[in-house]
Amino acid sequence: MSLQSKTSSPGEDVESIPKIGVFVCHCGANIGKVVDCPKVAEAALGLPGVVVSKDIGYACSEPGQQEIKDLIEEYGLERVVVASCSPRLHEPTFRQMLQSAGLNPFLLEMANLREQCSWVHMSEPDAATEKAMDLVKMSVSRARLLWPLVEEVHPLTKRTLVIGGGVAGIQAALDLAENGYEVVLVERKPSIGGTMAQLDKTFPTMDCSI
Amino acid sequence: MTDAGRHPKIKLHTLSEVKEVKGQVGDFTARILKQARYVDESACTACGECAKACPVVRPDEFNLGLSSRKAIYSPFPQAVPSAYVINADECLGHNPSICAKCVDACDKKCINFHMSDEEIYEKVGSIVVATGLSPYDPTEHDEYGYTRFENVLTSLEFERLINAGGPTQGEVLRPTDRKHPKSVGFIQCVGSRSAHKGKEYCSNICCMNTIKSTLMLKEHYPDVDVKVFYIDIRAFGKGFEDLYRRSRRLGVQYIRGLPGSVSETGDRSLSVSVENTMAGKLETHELDMLVLAVGLLPDPGTQRLQEMLGLQLTPDGFYLEAHPKLQPVDAATRGVFFAGCAESPKDIKESVTQASAAAARAIRLMHKGEIAAEPITSMVIEENCKACGKCAEVCPYNAITVDVKKKIPAMVNTAACAGCGTCAAECPFGAIVMNHFTDEQILSQVDALLAENPREKVLAFACNWCSYAGADYAGVSRLQYPPNVRLIRTMCSGRVDEDHIWEGFRKGAPVVLVSGCHIGDCHYIDANHWTEKRVARVWKKMEKLGIRPERLQLEWISAAEGVRFAEVMRSMEKLRQEVTAEEVERTMEILNTKKQ
Repeated sequence: MSLQSKTSSPGEDVESIPKIGVFVCHCGANIGKVVDCPKVAEAALGLPGVVVSKDIGYACSEPGQQEIKDLIEEYGLERVVVASCSPRLHEPTFRQMLQSAGLNPFLLEMANLREQCSWVHMSEPDAATEKAMDLVKMSVSRARLLWPLVEEVHPLTKRTLVIGGGVAGIQAALDLAENGYEVVLVERKPSIGGTMAQLDKTFPTMDCSI
Repeated sequence: MTDAGRHPKIKLHTLSEVKEVKGQVGDFTARILKQARYVDESACTACGECAKACPVVRPDEFNLGLSSRKAIYSPFPQAVPSAYVINADECLGHNPSICAKCVDACDKKCINFHMSDEEIYEKVGSIVVATGLSPYDPTEHDEYGYTRFENVLTSLEFERLINAGGPTQGEVLRPTDRKHPKSVGFIQCVGSRSAHKGKEYCSNICCMNTIKSTLMLKEHYPDVDVKVFYIDIRAFGKGFEDLYRRSRRLGVQYIRGLPGSVSETGDRSLSVSVENTMAGKLETHELDMLVLAVGLLPDPGTQRLQEMLGLQLTPDGFYLEAHPKLQPVDAATRGVFFAGCAESPKDIKESVTQASAAAARAIRLMHKGEIAAEPITSMVIEENCKACGKCAEVCPYNAITVDVKKKIPAMVNTAACAGCGTCAAECPFGAIVMNHFTDEQILSQVDALLAENPREKVLAFACNWCSYAGADYAGVSRLQYPPNVRLIRTMCSGRVDEDHIWEGFRKGAPVVLVSGCHIGDCHYIDANHWTEKRVARVWKKMEKLGIRPERLQLEWISAAEGVRFAEVMRSMEKLRQEVTAEEVERTMEILNTKKQ
């Protein structure tokens, strides 16, 4: 059990709402063309806990991240909401950013304004903007309740299982083995080689494949 | 191939299949079933005396049945390992009165009928999935007569014919009369790029493979007439256009149009009818031999492995990468990587490139020798725990121990916990906290989205790996759907608590959607079975309370089903419109009274 994570759990410290910063990314025109980002940022400023809210051209870019980091320091932010693309894409980027700004990476919350808003409601800018404001509101309420988490480090077996002994499996196995890693290569047939072994000359070089 | 066979760091298991994989990144255990070879791999010198003695003759699958082999055989001359193998289903047996001729013929005494299948356990930190392809079977393209006319071959069969190591030592002979064909035709896109037969995608390699075959034909037999029937020639790679031009320069005719029918003439030649769309006329071509450039399908074992490793597939049936541009060889499951045709049809160069990339990604993960585990795991509040054992029962990873008899509270093994949150959703006493996806955190999102105009909104829960990714995919594909849906992400649909759903209805949500990976595809082994049970439970309760169960929907949407995600959103919106203000209010009343 990671007991560290319990130290600032909600309920224990409920009176003081943490200081939250909201950053609404335009992603160039990807979000900005459909969603009214300045309006979304302005609306977020009225939410409980939000002490700074800004729209940014590209939040993931070096200057974008620097701007957020500067504001984290300037306002003493304790939670960060980035309203940009899918967390499946840039959550690791922004978690790293928080870490380098001295915050626990799990104090980040993202609102998905690109894949799940601007890109899917392209002809309804008003409704998309309204949805964006809702998504930010949801993220801010969640962010208020986030607490820091500490990653546990586990040992790792330096060994790779390669499933399939065709040209791809053989190449991957050799590259790994040549780098000093043990490889277990599993092939269903009696010999490795796969489809490649059945070919004679191969394009573009027109030489033997084996 | 031989490098891989003799490399001291590579342990090779042939005739083997991965049956089960347990554990997580850094600490996987694979159960491998190794079939008996009945020949001692290390002692066999591949002299071939055993095969000479074997009386059983069978079609040689390596040559696609164009030649024969024995029941004891070497798959092909350069096979690795080079040892012979016995196909036990074909062998007559070792009882001397029945056969055992091979045993007598083998000087080295390497044949051992007492070998049995072995179960092997291997511990690894990462996995590269390189399961390859299976060629398309053109039987359903009956107009090309593959099953009716012997001189119609697939591209792979032709490959064996023109291969110096093949059954004819590279001589191209017609199967019917073993004469050199004077004319050969190639039909492109068989099983590819078609909405009706085969697959809709382009198989990537067939154009260049045909061009290569035409060049080889022209090299061996300069006088042979070669015609290629095609839709487009896709010669997009480095050096490809040169080969295409060379083929045209050598006199190969490229005829734009796919044949409508093929019939056999008196001498078993083929008469091909085609609309030449360049010339704008119907033509008939007489050819001695016809080659079908068949497309590539995923390996038949793909789905089984996908379920075993909790991976995702594209609608075409190939493995889905974590991100098409930025993580093209990573699976969404940490520690698993893709190489070669397992991910999509590709040629040798691309397969090799991807394999090296997969190796580099695996090394990047492993080189430190340790791995930081995401702390999104569950934890027990001991004072609330009644040691009922429910959490341990539902945990797909057996990561929770609890002593029901002695009433010792539950304990979570965080190294084994993968963070699905099913335990927290099932705990009847609120004794489990799911880090980063706590009840309070999720409920705060529900409340926030329903704070204003709740009746206008669709509340949807989506799991990170499938449904939320499916929503992202809808975005990447720019599929438009109603803008009033609000998604709440959980790692697994198994995390969605009954209370989260009730809270939605209590706060005025007209409809609620719970969505996750398809049954069998759950990223957390089978946690979504509990989602299914839980939602069914809520439906029953809704009925009892007089709330229309239709207002709660459960949908399985995979990461590749952007189209389906958009469809579900549209149907949810339709459902929402059917819910009246009075109905919502009545529900709120019912639930608020019940709460008090």
